[in-house]
Amino acid sequence: MQASNVHKVPGAKLPKAPIKKKDEEEAVDVPDGLDEWSHLKATVKPSNQLELSEAELKEEITRILTANNPHAPQNIVRYSFKERSYKPTSVVDHLAVHFVLEGSLLHKDSDEARRLRIRDGLPNEHAPMENEAESDENHAETPATPVEDGGEGEEAGEEDRPDSVASKPDKKEAKCTNQFNFSERASQTHNNPSRDRSCQTEPPPRITFSVAANQWEIYDAYLKELQKQEKNKEKQKTTLLKKDNNTSKKKMTLMETQSDDITKVGKVSKIIERMINQNAMDDIAQDFKYYEDPSDEYRDQEGTLLPLWTFQYGNARKLSVTALCWNNKYQDLFAVGLGSYNFSKQEGGMFLLYSLKNSAFPECIYSTTFGVQCLDIHPQHSYLVAVGFYDGCVAVYNLKEKEPHPVYKSTAKTGKHTDPVWQVRWQNDDMDNHHIFYSVSSDGRVVSWTLVKNELISTDVIRLSGNGAVSDGPDGAQLSSISHGTSFDFHKQIDNLFLVGTEEGKIHKCSKTYSSQFLETYDAHSMPVDAVKWNHFHTNIFISCSSDWSVKIWDHTINTPMFTFDLNAAVGDVAWSPYSSTVFAAVTADRKVHVFDLSINKHEAICQQTVVAKKKTRLTHIEFNPISPIIIVGDDQGNVTSLKLSPNLRKKPKSKKGQELPKGSEAEVAKMDKLLSLLREPELSTI
Amino acid sequence: MAGTGEGKKEEADYKRLHSFPLIRHTDMPEEMRVETMELCVTACEKFATNNESAAKMIKESMDKKFGSSWHVVIGEGFGLEVTHEVKNLLYMFFGGSLAVCVWKCS
Repeated sequence: MQASNVHKVPGAKLPKAPIKKKDEEEAVDVPDGLDEWSHLKATVKPSNQLELSEAELKEEITRILTANNPHAPQNIVRYSFKERSYKPTSVVDHLAVHFVLEGSLLHKDSDEARRLRIRDGLPNEHAPMENEAESDENHAETPATPVEDGGEGEEAGEEDRPDSVASKPDKKEAKCTNQFNFSERASQTHNNPSRDRSCQTEPPPRITFSVAANQWEIYDAYLKELQKQEKNKEKQKTTLLKKDNNTSKKKMTLMETQSDDITKVGKVSKIIERMINQNAMDDIAQDFKYYEDPSDEYRDQEGTLLPLWTFQYGNARKLSVTALCWNNKYQDLFAVGLGSYNFSKQEGGMFLLYSLKNSAFPECIYSTTFGVQCLDIHPQHSYLVAVGFYDGCVAVYNLKEKEPHPVYKSTAKTGKHTDPVWQVRWQNDDMDNHHIFYSVSSDGRVVSWTLVKNELISTDVIRLSGNGAVSDGPDGAQLSSISHGTSFDFHKQIDNLFLVGTEEGKIHKCSKTYSSQFLETYDAHSMPVDAVKWNHFHTNIFISCSSDWSVKIWDHTINTPMFTFDLNAAVGDVAWSPYSSTVFAAVTADRKVHVFDLSINKHEAICQQTVVAKKKTRLTHIEFNPISPIIIVGDDQGNVTSLKLSPNLRKKPKSKKGQELPKGSEAEVAKMDKLLSLLREPELSTI
Repeated sequence: MAGTGEGKKEEADYKRLHSFPLIRHTDMPEEMRVETMELCVTACEKFATNNESAAKMIKESMDKKFGSSWHVVIGEGFGLEVTHEVKNLLYMFFGGSLAVCVWKCS
């Protein structure tokens, strides 16, 4: 065993070469012996055959093949209990079985097959010969095989017999089976039973349809259809319009619902609020409508003011009323501007809209970052409110839009005022139907603002200078002395003409067409002019008031005042009555309202009444309602008081000009003219 | 003469006004109805003088589009009583004087 191992090692090193060499040796050897016919043979060489030299070819390589398994381990040791030590075991199995197949059939020429045939008694042409050969060759085996055959041969015989007997004459050859491991089995698979099945679909549903077509029916059908179409068109037109309305409404409602759920009941609650207010202040409402002070009949001339509602709003308490303006369209509605006249106490502002129908709470509240100094509601488009602020801005609010922001606002770019805006006033639309308003400010400018699409366009109408028009000044100093505008008013009929009151106490008569010159300058007051207003009826007359305690009435053609009244306190505001050319009212800082009727008393007020209880309050503004005989008075506590004029304060037109009622305005002019002529005559006489 | 002239004018007016298809009865689904209607209109316009050809065209097209078997009647005056498959019938007027009935029954 060990020797063979030694031999193997070199053999393993050259596994291919020695085999090839052997082949070559054979190939070389053959021609040596069989020289003559070797030429016929062409030596076929594999393409990768090694080219060897003669010496290499001659070299003899010995290789011994042994029956040893090269993979078998040689150093297996086992523990021997007998000797109590590990002993190498020499016995290693060198047999390797690669493939085993036991056949069940026999070769028909083999001895076994022959024997089978003999036993089955099958005559065969070869049989005698084979029998002879068998007897010759395998003498030793013969006795052994019959013994084995006997056991299994019977079984095989039983199985085969019916076949073999039946097929003896027909079949030429029977299968020769190896009796040791041959078995024959048969089975039959199960046949699936077949079945018949049938079905029927439901036929598609059908209906019968019957009709008769003829010309008149066709004609009628078309006529009907045409009529229907026309109707539809009309409907569509109307629905389209409706839809437009609906969409706008929807938008509104959407906005409302988005803002708050409470707004759903907003309208209802508003109505309820008004009802409650009306019930709670029923006496005031009754007074407003029906009460006429009976004592007036016994008084000769004097009248009284009956206080009605007081409008208060909590957040406005610290602000003073800076502007009042009635709405032309809704006569119960008025706007209140709130700000501060105190330079050191500027803290925001707001403007409110109140209705006489609800005195408890404003209809609308717009709060602003700067104090509102003035406002004006457009006389035709009553939803537009122009507002002037303390910081010099002007803005336009659209009351229709429920937003708290102005739709237009001036900026530094668009030429805003640099000082508080003291008055704004709407004017007629320009030729392109753009709305226009004017503003006057302490910076000495009067500016006209045009609302174009979404911006305000400013035009300087006039620059006020201290010494009148620029050209008037003899020296250069006049340029620096700006005169600060505090109020203005436009002439009722002459479109170009307007008056500007200034902080210096002068009133300038200006024209929109001449921006550099004043038509006239009235040396009116010694302190700022708080208000200047044209008479509603007589076109020549205007009134002015000032903090110098005086109210003056002017004819604009004359340089000196027609009337001068001293009210013993700073006059905050003055207003002509809308029903009489001779009646005006003024408010003073000592909480009084003065009502004058020049046709009755040219020297004193026919009514002087303290209308606010609180001591320190100053009255700031006054405004007549255009229709009802009431006035509203604003004070510096943010409150607005409404007062009813007693019959004596408004009786004149009725009593005097009873027959001339249809020509009311002319009568009023005449009345004023009469007064003026009375006034002039003594003057003339004195001269 | 004036009367006939007016009559002609009226007739023309009538033709112009009533040129649109007017569906009188149908149980077809929307899509099919529109398609069939358009087909009928094109066929009647194409064969304005030959109703038979128009009917043939409609029938063949309908057979192709919606499967056989379709039946078409076109005429100015006729009466019919047919059994048809549900949702497969259209009866319409066209051009002011024609009645078209299309139905399927296989």
